[in-house]
Amino acid sequence: MDSQIFQLQYAIDTFYFLMCGALVMWMAAGFSMLEAGLVRSKNTTEILTKNVALYAIACIMYLMTGYAIMYDGNWMLSGIEVFSLDGMLADSAENGFDGDSVYSAASDFFFQVVFVATAMSIVSGAVAERMKLWSFLAFAVVLTGFIYPLEGSWTWGGKEVFGLYNLGDLGFSDFAGSGIVHMAGAAAALAGVLLLGARKGKYGPNGQVYAIPGANLPLATLGTFILWMGWFGFNGGSVLKLGDAASAHSVAMVFLNTNAAAAGGAIAALITARLLFGKADLTMLLNGALAGLVAITAEPSTPTALQATLFGMFAGILVVFSIITLDKMKIDDPVGAISVHGVVGLLGLLLVPLTNDNSTLSGQLIGALTIFLWVFIASFAVWYLLKLVTGIRVSDDEEQEGVDLAECGMEAYPEFMSK
Amino acid sequence: MKLITAVVKPFKLDDVRTALSEVGVQGMTVTEVKGFGRQKGHTELYRGAEYVVDFLPKVKLELAVDDDMVDSAVEAITKAAQTGKIGDGKIFITALEEVIRIRTGETGSEAV
Repeated sequence: MDSQIFQLQYAIDTFYFLMCGALVMWMAAGFSMLEAGLVRSKNTTEILTKNVALYAIACIMYLMTGYAIMYDGNWMLSGIEVFSLDGMLADSAENGFDGDSVYSAASDFFFQVVFVATAMSIVSGAVAERMKLWSFLAFAVVLTGFIYPLEGSWTWGGKEVFGLYNLGDLGFSDFAGSGIVHMAGAAAALAGVLLLGARKGKYGPNGQVYAIPGANLPLATLGTFILWMGWFGFNGGSVLKLGDAASAHSVAMVFLNTNAAAAGGAIAALITARLLFGKADLTMLLNGALAGLVAITAEPSTPTALQATLFGMFAGILVVFSIITLDKMKIDDPVGAISVHGVVGLLGLLLVPLTNDNSTLSGQLIGALTIFLWVFIASFAVWYLLKLVTGIRVSDDEEQEGVDLAECGMEAYPEFMSK
Repeated sequence: MKLITAVVKPFKLDDVRTALSEVGVQGMTVTEVKGFGRQKGHTELYRGAEYVVDFLPKVKLELAVDDDMVDSAVEAITKAAQTGKIGDGKIFITALEEVIRIRTGETGSEAV
């Protein structure tokens, strides 16, 4: 009887992992649509190319080196195909019904790999409309195969940071990756943007900030909803287990809080934009919903629904001011990725100790600093090297003409004339 | 014969077309155009930054009419396209030397 129940638990937890992984995979579509909507039509094909290609690169690199670095797996996951019923039953019996879940190692890989792709997707939006396609993809190889997995090994992998200190022992906690995934992606993006410079015509000589409106706000809205939906897999799956009553309840709380934070972020950003600009800015509303999601990602299981909503609202207000501030600093981020994932990712980490007694503020600060410094410095070095060797920015003419024609040779909307 | 060129607000096009049909105008050519007048475009807002839209979308109608139709056509356009707000557009009337119907080779008033 126990054997059958353990098998069922294994099946449920594996199935849950896979379904959540598929939801997170779908976030790649969300990022693609959001970014395609917020760039100009002349740069649409190229941003879509980047999004699909980076997803595929992330999958292959994490398979080759990433998972091995992060969780001590084997090269190319060799051995992961082996299944032993006896071994599985023994593990389950040892853990009992309330212990750590036992699931297929392959499902764990699948769930982890889509997180890497998410981190890399964050970068593409921030450097949109002016970065060379192949330099970007070269960077994707290094980030997904090395930079992210190493940082992930210090946190979710439980290893010491360069053999110096252990973040878990210091009280660092990041449930689904506000810092490990989102702030890390934003740190890589920031390094790229600093070396890349702003889009032509974004900033005037006397501190003017010019608007470069996105071409397709319906697509940006669709992308945001896809991300919102995918996030249930991102946070919900990070409970890692569904197969007992307590875990099932925890999953339900995570879904509830994730949704509440997104809603709070959206409304707060909408009202903030209305008060600041006098108009209801849709793009800020979209960024606000995503900010709420990023903020709750560090700890969606312990807050009450009210706390989750308030955390989301705080994030929604912060993200609007962050976007305006980055523009004043001439850090050009067409989709607001650095604000949404970086600034709010940090906020999410710092909010954890309010509801989770197992984390400490100092641990969160050290963890955030560790992740940011590593990803930022390593990324900066890679971007810098690429800049020296191949260049990272398209020529002025290519930027003027649009990177669609320059890099991909095709337009996204060939039947419409564009200026 | 006269060529009437009218620039009107796009959403008024259907009303103008109906009004012109009612006074007996049998054909027209419509083009989507952009332009500005005394109000010089308008400003829009995107992520907190203002930007000026210099050229606003309008619809340009061109119709060739006999001299005795000019007044009623102009009245029809004016009535149908008027909102009383800034940006209602303009009507230009120019002399038309010749009109030729390609299918039959008819010319002048018969071809209008």
